[in-house]
Amino acid sequence: MKILVCISNVPDTTTKVKFVDDFKRLDTTGIQWIINPWDELSLTRALELKDNPSNGIQCVTIAHVGLITTEPTIRKGLAIGADDAIRINTEPSDANFVAAQLAEVIKANPYDIILCGIESSDYNGSNVGGMLAEYLEYPSVSAVSELRIENGQVIINREIDGGKEVVTIPVPFVAIVQKGIAREPRIASMRGIMTARTKPIKVSEPITLDLFTEVVNFEMPKPHPTCKFIDPENPKLLVELLQNEAKVI
Amino acid sequence: MSVLVFTENWDGKFKKLSFEIVSYASKLAEKLGTFSIALSIGNVEKTELERLGKYGAGKVINVSDNLLNILDNQVYSSVIAQIVKKEDAKVIILACNNTGKAIAPRLSVKLKAGAASCVSKLPDSIDPFIVFKKVHSGNAFANIRINTDIKILTLAQNSFELIESENHATIENLPFQIDATLLKTQVKEVQKLTGKILLTDADIVVSGGRGMKSPDNWAPLIELADLLGAATACTRPVSDEGWRPHEEHTGQTGKIIAPNLYFAIGISGSTQHIAGVSSSKCIVAINIDKDAPVFEVARYGIVGDAMKVLPRLVEAVKEIKNK
Ligand SMILES: Cc1cc2nc3c(=O)[nH]c(=O)nc-3n(C[C@H](O)[C@H](O)[C@H](O)COP(=O)(O)OP(=O)(O)OC[C@H]3O[C@@H](n4cnc5c(N)ncnc54)[C@H](O)[C@@H]3O)c2cc1C
Ligand SMILES: Nc1ncnc2c1ncn2[C@@H]1O[C@H](COP(=O)(O)O)[C@@H](O)[C@H]1O
Repeated sequence: MKILVCISNVPDTTTKVKFVDDFKRLDTTGIQWIINPWDELSLTRALELKDNPSNGIQCVTIAHVGLITTEPTIRKGLAIGADDAIRINTEPSDANFVAAQLAEVIKANPYDIILCGIESSDYNGSNVGGMLAEYLEYPSVSAVSELRIENGQVIINREIDGGKEVVTIPVPFVAIVQKGIAREPRIASMRGIMTARTKPIKVSEPITLDLFTEVVNFEMPKPHPTCKFIDPENPKLLVELLQNEAKVI
Repeated sequence: MSVLVFTENWDGKFKKLSFEIVSYASKLAEKLGTFSIALSIGNVEKTELERLGKYGAGKVINVSDNLLNILDNQVYSSVIAQIVKKEDAKVIILACNNTGKAIAPRLSVKLKAGAASCVSKLPDSIDPFIVFKKVHSGNAFANIRINTDIKILTLAQNSFELIESENHATIENLPFQIDATLLKTQVKEVQKLTGKILLTDADIVVSGGRGMKSPDNWAPLIELADLLGAATACTRPVSDEGWRPHEEHTGQTGKIIAPNLYFAIGISGSTQHIAGVSSSKCIVAINIDKDAPVFEVARYGIVGDAMKVLPRLVEAVKEIKNK
């Protein structure tokens, strides 16, 4: 079986975001770019599955839609242990556009298990995985918190609103993963970093498509009201304020 | 033309969340000069379906079939897409929960409809159609224009008020042919969280961080939660350490919640934690360090040792509740 891990390239999650061009564009100066945290975890899980020969995983490939500037993020994934990568050479302008680009290359060269994260930490879109599955006409399982292979059968734990389910799904399929899929992200070893330099990144050219959605502009959150401090000896006052001022209890 | 809202049920019952999205869909329909249709899938009694009417749904369509007992993303999206076409729906609303996030993207491709997730208010502009949603995990917001004829939105939880009216909906039971070959998901086991207030549904959440010091110190926090009818939550290191169950992990990589009231007790207020709770209406922080970043997002704060403050707070709540 072959696993494809779709990764998005996002600002480090502690970045203090700022915007330029009249709030139309993210100010990228000084930003550290990382593999989207969920994608890092799904890559880790894919490699864990490959480590156990009885799972029969031949290769783990990374797919990414982005310009050449994002190659360091792809190399990071290769250093962690992916075998090779595909980069579709275009700006990832909207979720539908990204999913359609990914579908195009996957149709030409299919994979059995396709992993996407539940959201990119920058756009918080939660869209690409499901859209990709629909373009491919593959089944999809969302909110996946565990994925294992038993006797050639894929077994998945998914979170539903109000509980968990253990489900099975035939390959090929798309799993949209969340917390739990792996415990800690795997870290690149020195050897991994060395070998990553020679691992192949195949570059594909994009197809042309209309954009379904476009960002008009960004806004900053409203400043928080300053905190009202209450004497630790007098929590009764807090309860009164919650009742009468904030009206939340 | 119409606005279609997919209302999921839980063992035949709707939740506050269902009524929020119906209220939203109905207000949006009003703006568009049309009406809203609620779509319910699965076995729901007529009296329960009628409740959707109170929140403004002009019509309720009910589809039930044994094949729909399993949430299969392909089956569900194919059913909804067919009803969208039948009812000429131009906007489709779903909840921004696991189910909504699973189905909306598939519908988007099927219907060539632009999708925006976790929208948090009514669009300011209908033509062009511009929606507002949080990005960068709540550190910013974006106005997004949807260019397509059909639009799909998921609505963020607790972001829209319930609007009740005297409205009555007509109920239509729709016989439906479901393509059984689409059903690929097989459920082997279900574990329902019962008897507890679900974290994602709770109006009040009491949450503890590493400042709680040990898993043995949680009793007063749980007592406070019980008194307030609140759910309990925690930070990532607390669930990683196994002090609390993983379901309670809140934040960017855990649950994203938006209760009316959030207690952050012994929580420093890292950006990744706040990302999961920044939509809370009111945050109360209890922390021994007056410079903890959590106080920057809190409306009320107590600087003190949680072990001393919590029991006093429990007593204060008891006093008020007994009045
Ligand atoms: C990619 C990524 C994703 C992450 N996702 C999440 C996430 O989803 N959720 C999450 O929570 N974290 C997440 N984290 C971790 C996050 O960065 C912080 O490490 C974490 O939130 C800190 O948890 P804490 O507040 O419990 O602990 P600490 O930061 O250690 O804070 C403990 C606080 O308790 C206070 N304290 C100490 N003693 C007392 C006392 N006696 N009484 C009262 N207060 C006391 C201290 O002053 C301090 O402010 C993520 C990190 C990364 C890198
Ligand atoms: N530019 C991209 N290239 C490859 N995969 C992506 C890209 N953007 C998003 N994804 C995948 O889709 C998931 C959800 O992203 P989003 O829909 O943007 O929130 C991510 O976790 C990735 O797995």
